[in-house]
Parts: sequence; C-alpha cells; structure tokens
Amino acid sequence: MSALQPSDLDRPALARGRSAAADTDLKSVSAALRRAEFGDRLRSLALAAPLLVLLALSFGIPIVLLLSRAVYDPTIAEALPKTTAALADWNGQGQPGDAALAALAADLSDNQAKGTAYELAKSINARLPGARSQVLKTVRKLENAGGQPPLDIMKSVPFWTAPGTWPAIASGTHRLTSFYLLSALDLRWNADGGIERVPPEQAIFLQVFMRTFFVAAAVTLATLLLGFPLAYLISSVPKGLAAILIVAVLLPFWTSILVRTAAWTVLLQKFGLVNDLLLWLGVGSDRLDLMYSRMGLIIAMTHIQLPFTLLPIYSVMRTIQPSQMKAAYSLGARPFTAFRRVYLPQVFPGVMAGCLLTFILCLGYYITPALIGGASDQLISNFIANYVNVELNWEMAAALSFILLVFTLALFGIFARILGFDRLKLV
Amino acid sequence: MLLSPYPTAGERIRITLLWIWCGLVILFLLVPILIPVPLSFNSGAFFIFPLEGISTRWYEVVLGTQRWQSAIGNSLIVAFGTTFIATVLGTLTAIALSDEKFPGRRIVMPLLLSPLIVPVVITAVGSYLFYARIGLASTYAGIILAHTALASPFVVVTVAASLTGFDRNLMRAAAISGAKPLTAFFRVMLPLILPGVLSGAAFAFVTSFDEVVVVQFLASASQRTMPLEMFIGLREKLSPAITAAATLMMALSILLLLVANILSRRGRKAPV
Amino acid sequence: MKHVRKNLLALAAATACMTIGHAAFADELSIMASGGAWQDAQRKAWFEPFSKETGVKILEQEYLGDLGKVKAMVDTGNVPIDLVTVETATVLQGCDAGILERLDYSKIGPRDKFIEGSALDCGVGLDAYGDILAYDPTVLKDAPTSVLDLFDTTKFPGKRAMRKFPAQNLEWALMADGVAPADIYKVLATPEGVDRAFKKLDTIKKDIVWWDAGAQPAQLLASKEVVMTTAWNGRIQNAIDTDGKPFKIVWNNQILEYDMIAIPKGAKSPDLAYKYLAYISEPKNNAKLASYITYGPVRTDAASFVAPDALPKLPNAPDHLSGAYLVADTEFWGDYGEDLVKRFNAWLAQ
Repeated sequence: MSALQPSDLDRPALARGRSAAADTDLKSVSAALRRAEFGDRLRSLALAAPLLVLLALSFGIPIVLLLSRAVYDPTIAEALPKTTAALADWNGQGQPGDAALAALAADLSDNQAKGTAYELAKSINARLPGARSQVLKTVRKLENAGGQPPLDIMKSVPFWTAPGTWPAIASGTHRLTSFYLLSALDLRWNADGGIERVPPEQAIFLQVFMRTFFVAAAVTLATLLLGFPLAYLISSVPKGLAAILIVAVLLPFWTSILVRTAAWTVLLQKFGLVNDLLLWLGVGSDRLDLMYSRMGLIIAMTHIQLPFTLLPIYSVMRTIQPSQMKAAYSLGARPFTAFRRVYLPQVFPGVMAGCLLTFILCLGYYITPALIGGASDQLISNFIANYVNVELNWEMAAALSFILLVFTLALFGIFARILGFDRLKLV
Repeated sequence: MLLSPYPTAGERIRITLLWIWCGLVILFLLVPILIPVPLSFNSGAFFIFPLEGISTRWYEVVLGTQRWQSAIGNSLIVAFGTTFIATVLGTLTAIALSDEKFPGRRIVMPLLLSPLIVPVVITAVGSYLFYARIGLASTYAGIILAHTALASPFVVVTVAASLTGFDRNLMRAAAISGAKPLTAFFRVMLPLILPGVLSGAAFAFVTSFDEVVVVQFLASASQRTMPLEMFIGLREKLSPAITAAATLMMALSILLLLVANILSRRGRKAPV
Repeated sequence: MKHVRKNLLALAAATACMTIGHAAFADELSIMASGGAWQDAQRKAWFEPFSKETGVKILEQEYLGDLGKVKAMVDTGNVPIDLVTVETATVLQGCDAGILERLDYSKIGPRDKFIEGSALDCGVGLDAYGDILAYDPTVLKDAPTSVLDLFDTTKFPGKRAMRKFPAQNLEWALMADGVAPADIYKVLATPEGVDRAFKKLDTIKKDIVWWDAGAQPAQLLASKEVVMTTAWNGRIQNAIDTDGKPFKIVWNNQILEYDMIAIPKGAKSPDLAYKYLAYISEPKNNAKLASYITYGPVRTDAASFVAPDALPKLPNAPDHLSGAYLVADTEFWGDYGEDLVKRFNAWLAQ
C-alpha cells in the first residue's frame, strides 16, 4: 500500500543501484522489492483492519451465530438427555423398548418443569409434522397424572408407538439438521430416507423466491429504463442545470423510505391521485386497484430504487470525454452508431453496477411490500420477518436467509466474473 | 454533446423526446415526495385528499411533544455517530483495498458488501441476540455499531470508486519531497478524493437516519428514533403527524444537501 | 485546595447520579402496549391515575406485533419491559414458548370473577372487544345487517377488508356456510371443517384487501378503498366519535374477544407489574377504560361501574348480544392456532 506512505522500494534500491555492482544489484533489488511488497501488504492490512474487525464483531459474529441455527439445532439432544442415552444402542429397527419410553416420559416431565416443552415440541414437529400437539398433549397428561405410572401414560398415546416416531426422535438427538434448509426449498425427507417435494398446498417458498427475483428484476429493468436517459441527460447538460437535476434525483433519496411508501399509498389508492389522473386522461373507464397489487408494489419500489441505479451510471458517464464522441462523428459515424459503438461499451460497467445494486437491495425489501403489496405480493423478507416476529421459528428464518444469501452471492460472483471485478463501479 | 455537429431532423426529434421522457421521470421522482407536504397541514386525521381543512396541529404534535423531540435527538445522535465511524474506517479500508496488492481483496470486497444482502430483519435479530449478551443492547453504542455495519459498505464503495482515478505517484512525490505520511494524506490525497468521501458520508448518514428495523430491536423506549416513531405512526396510528415529521425531515435533507454541496465545491467536483 | 474542591464536586455529582439512577430504576414500570387510540385510552384510564396514586412512573413502548423482540429479550435475559399487552392467541403461544411468566392470581384478584376465558395462565384480560363489520353508509347505500354479508358479493360488490389472520375469518366463513355458532369450533377442529372454511373464503378471496394493524380499517374506509371492513369495534367508534366519520357498525354475528396483558419472563420489576395488574383488575378501575374507548370490562362484577353513557357502545352491552354472536374459543386457538396460521399463510401466498 503505497498511498499513505511511499514504498521503501524507491529510496534504498535506487540509491544502491547507483553505487553497487550490477550483478549483486539485481539480487538486492528483488529482495528489497519483496520486502517492500511485504511491508505494503502489512500496511494495507493495518489500514483495513479496524473496519474489518469492527464488521466481524458487529455483524459477522451475530449473523453467523443466527444463520447457524438453520443447520445446528441442539434442542432435542439437550432437552432429552435421558432418552438420548437410552437410544444409544438402539439399532433403529422397530420400537426401542420400554426403557426408552420411560426415559422419554422423565425427560418430558423435566421439560415441562423447566418450561421448555414448547420448544421441544416445535423441534420434534419440524422433523415429524403433527408431533407438536401430541407432545404437548402427553406433557399435559404427565403433569396431571394423578398417580398413574408415566409409562402407562406414554403407552396410552398411540403416537409414541407409531412407526416413524422414534426414527424422528433418534435423528433429532444428532445436533445437525438439514430439515430447515430443505423446507426452505420446499423439500423434505420421506420415510425411505430420500428427499422429495412437499405436497403442493404446503409448497410456498420456491414460489416466493421466484416472485422475489421477478419483482427485483422488474424493478431493476424499470429503474434502468427511467434512469439511463436521465443520467445521460444530466451528464451532457451544462453544469448549473446538471446540479439542479442531481438535486431532483437526490431529494427522494434523502427522504425516508417510510414516508415515500406512505406517500405511494396516498397516490395509489382507489380514489387517489394516480387514478384521478388516469380517469381525467380518459385511460380506462374504471378506477384501477393499484393498492395491494403487484403493479403498485413495483411502481413504489421503482421510485425508491431509481437513484441507486441512476447514480452509478451517472458517475461513469461523467468520466467519458465528449471528445471521444466528437472523434467518432468526425470519422463519419452516424449518431446512433457512435452511441452504440463508442459510448455504450464504456458506460456498461456503470449500468451493470447500478442494476446489481438495485437488484440486491430489492431482494431484501419488506416494509414496502407489507404496506403496498397484496397477500400474493409478499417477498421473501416478509416471510422471514413473519417467522422471526410472529411464529418465533428462527430456525426457519435463518434457513430462508441463508438460501437468499447464497443465491445473491452466487449472482454477485457471476457478475463479477463476467465483468471483471474491478469494472464493477458500484457507486 | 447532446447533439452531433450536424444534427438531422430525426436527431432533433430524438433529443426532444429525451427531454420529455426525462421531464416525466423527474415528475415521477418528485411528486411522491411532495405529497406529504400538503397532507401535513390537513386538519383531519386521515391520509386522504381533498384536505378536510388547514391546520398546523400535526406540527404541534411533532415539535411540541416530548416523544418526537427525543426521537429527533436520538436520530441525530445515532446518525452522526454512525456517519463518523463509518466514514473514517470506510475510507481507510477503501484506500487499503484500492491497492491491488491487498491480500484476498476479491474475497474481502463481497464480504464487505454482505450487510447489504443479508435481510435486515436477520441482522436485527442476530445483533440483538449477540449485543444483549455483551451488554450492548438498548445502548446508543449498540445501535451505532449495528448501523455502522449497514452503512460502511456504501462508504467503502464510493471512496474506492473515487480512488480509481487517483494517481498514486502523487503520494510518492509527496514522500520524496519529505512529507510525512499523514501530511501527505491530508494535503494530497484527501482533497482529491473528498467528493467520494463526502458522498460516502452522505450515504452512511441516510442509511442510519432512515433505518427502522434494527432500531426496532436494539432501541429501548428512551432511544426511539424518528423513523421508528414514524413506523409506529404508520402502522398503528396512521396519524398525519408522520407527514409533518416527513416534511421536517425533507427540509433537513435539503439543508444537508446544500451544506454538502457548498462543502464539496471546496473540493474538486460536485458530489454524487 | 482547588483540587480537593473539584474532587468533592465530582463525588457529589456521582452520588447524585447514582441516587437519581437508583430511584428511577425502583419506581419505573415499563409497559409495551399496541399503540393507537387504545393506548391513549389506557393512558387516561390507567397509566396516569396509577402513576398519581403510587408514584410509579410508567414508561410506554409500542408493541408492533414483534413477539420476536420479546423472545429475544427473554432468551438473552435482558428484559427491559415489565408488562406487555397482547392478544389471546399470543398469550397462549408465549406461554407455551416459555417467554411469558405464569401468573399468580393471588396477587391480582379472584380468578373466578373474570369472564370465562379472560383469565389465562400467562395473561389476564384487560377488556372485551368485538370483531365487527364496519361500513360507510355514504358509500354503501344498502346497509349490511350481519358480519356475514362480507361473503355476499352480489348484493355488496366491491373490495372488502379482512384481517390477515385465520382467527375470526375461519369462524365467519363457517357461519356464512350455514354452521350454527354453537358448532363452529367442533366443525373447525376437523380437517373437513377447515377445508370447508377455506373453500368459503376462496369464493371472495379476490375481493379481499388484508389489513394487519388495528388502525388500517378506518383508513381503508375513509379512503374508500373498500366498501366494508372487519375491525375492532373501538377503532371504528373512535373514528366516528373523534374524527367525525359517518361509519356504521354491524354487531350481528360479532365475535367477542379479550385483550390481554402479560409479564415477560425475567421482567425486572415483577412486584410493580403485579401491583399494576391488581390495580386495573379492580372492578371500579376495570370499568374505567370504557369511558375512553368502547371496550368492555372483563370482570363480571364491573358492569355496574361502567359510565352510563359509555355502556351502549360496548361490545358486551345487552343490545349487542341480542343478535347472533360468538365468543372466541381461546383453548381451540391454543391447540390448533399454529397449524391454522401456517395453512392460512400458505393459502394467502398461493
């Protein structure tokens, strides 16, 4: 890193170069070069270290801890220590016997006493749909046993002797689980240990991922169609006018997303200004339902994202010398050809960067879809938020986030590879 | 540059169309943010046109109640704290990363961007769980830290972009002329990349000032920020008080924009 | 000398800070309520008088439906709130999940004096509210006579708003499909019954706008986005009384529910929390809320304390119980809620 400090390459090596013999010189120069490079790297690292450490602590660790819940679920193993021990030498065939059943009864009572029965039931339910109510029912029965032996109570609930119950519990005593990641892709384990699709009425996530990517793509395209010409105009008008136009772009950018979302609800509602305008223009004879629709959502998100797409494009356009186009004209290129052959290739990285930024940011939207979208316009983050806040199923939220993160990073990787990393001028 | 030296009729039409199109885009950008302004003077309690009457009652709510006042204060504390840390550290990191010799920069860069990608609800819960264990939940420091994670990618990216045009030989020249590294940085490099640093700072400020989800988790009642207050208003009260708050925030934005503009004129180029 | 003085000053300041800090800690009660007109009413009926009487300062927080935050607080043992007002379904969920304290009714009041279903293990009722139908007679010339008119799209065309939640909607769907109120929960406990309810909802799915915050229905009616909406009666009454909106409430086939208040596990001042719960559960105080928002008391012995002019607007006023109505079955939703919510969300997303 030579920016802050001149590399020590220059002075000693140059100084020696004048005085020493040529053959030793070559060696020492390359050694000095290596040393200098090493020093440079250390300095770069030292400069970047504060932020990297801060990010690792404030963001990295929390996220990794939370996302690991998608695959690491020790609930069952921790909640059922006696059962885990009793199952140690079970071969997985048939029923594990009364000892395991009694151990489970004891574990269940312990959980009830500790107030962790619900977590346990939820975790077993994740592996074996329908198990939740059975577990809670059994727990309640054990609590109000009134002298009945626990083993008898266990046997009175057919669920505990049904095929499939014990393999599920046994699999839960291992701490790693693939259940949530599979669920996030609408997949599940079947009885034979293979992976299958979940029944269509339960399959929602692939559809929601598709919808999220579709909305993100539509918004990206819309911002490009609106933003590119404006960026082009701003970059080619005189400075004073450009400054005013830039303010027009930045002002919404500086206005709270919440306010803009609220403003769009006012504009889009049935007796709102957009419908008034359309009616006045004579477009259509009836008022459109723009609120709670995909169309309304895309319009509002396009408004919010437009500056994110426009600014990187503009920042690249500003660096292109007008003389290049003039040269193209003077060589006889027609305006369109000059634009296509000379101008476009140069702004391409800016276009890609703006689109990528908008696309990525769109994937995380949830307040705007919640307020403007209808029930079938909710994006993946809405589901994640719902799992976090309403259903308290953080494992599922972590799995969905993980899949989203993987998709997005893969996309980023593809773009970076196609374009070359350094050409991704993000802003 | 809009027109070629010898414009044809077709070209003139195209340019006219471009102006019309851009005019519409500007309208599209500005109309929604102007909507809250008249609504904030509505005397009724709903978000509808036509206005039921003109009054400043919502401004009295926002400026006169202690809740909103402390929310404005909290927002400023958090946003300025975040902007300061994110800008300083982000700029240093961008300088480091702009050196091609930086080890593993192809990996570091996407990692630096990941706060933009991870759904913010997840960031919020994750940081709450971790911060609560180390005593940072419900503190300004905690909120500022979490916001710094969200805001610093913008700074790194903008400063890195402005560094692509920076000639490193200038720093060598400064060193050879005897300037200490810090002096060289402040006297040579910073003035040249200042527009990038300022726009990075602006992004960081906006990111923090507009953030609601992380705050919802990390803030206690006494640390409620303006966006959180507005979110509560939007969800639970739908009172036009939020449009008044929005109008005030917009006025503040314009003010900041002007300040940034004046500051950056002292730099080389206009900020973006 | 100067030195000593400075030190003394610092010491004095530190002591002052400590005592202030300590006092503040001992006498503050942090309550998370769900905002809007309802919280305003609680402030007038309970927060302020309680503060005045006991000297306890009440810190208000809004509950944004983020039980996740409460769980995060409990999980990490960092619980800055002492009380949280929630819905019945949330009480059951939070109780099972071990994030709400099991209540000791000996510190609150006689449990048998609460209306059935309003004194739960982990939550005690604050008030009774009605899930009703509201419309704007200046828009809808033909007056609906029952909540079930939601399902009549020929007589009442146009969008209707319903809450984005299975509870109430499934009950109404079955009622509209001809199931008697007394049998609703029996039918809904069977898979066929659930299918039947969803099938009925399917018939109007494309005409439904979903709301999820309590203030939305009034806004949706005011902006004429919908012709009718389900709502909590108090929010609509508030729009009528304080904002002068011409809305009308249809009580026939209303569903009665209770708002609850609970103590999160690990709350810092449980004793103060109990003190507050005992205070608001006193019949006289319990009836006071009705003067500020039209929600009824949950104590059976509180009726005589309700202000006479408030009574006719309450969901459990005799007039409003003369038609058909249903009392929400908290136990049913405790047992089946999670599965039905899941199914409902999948149904919405498709």
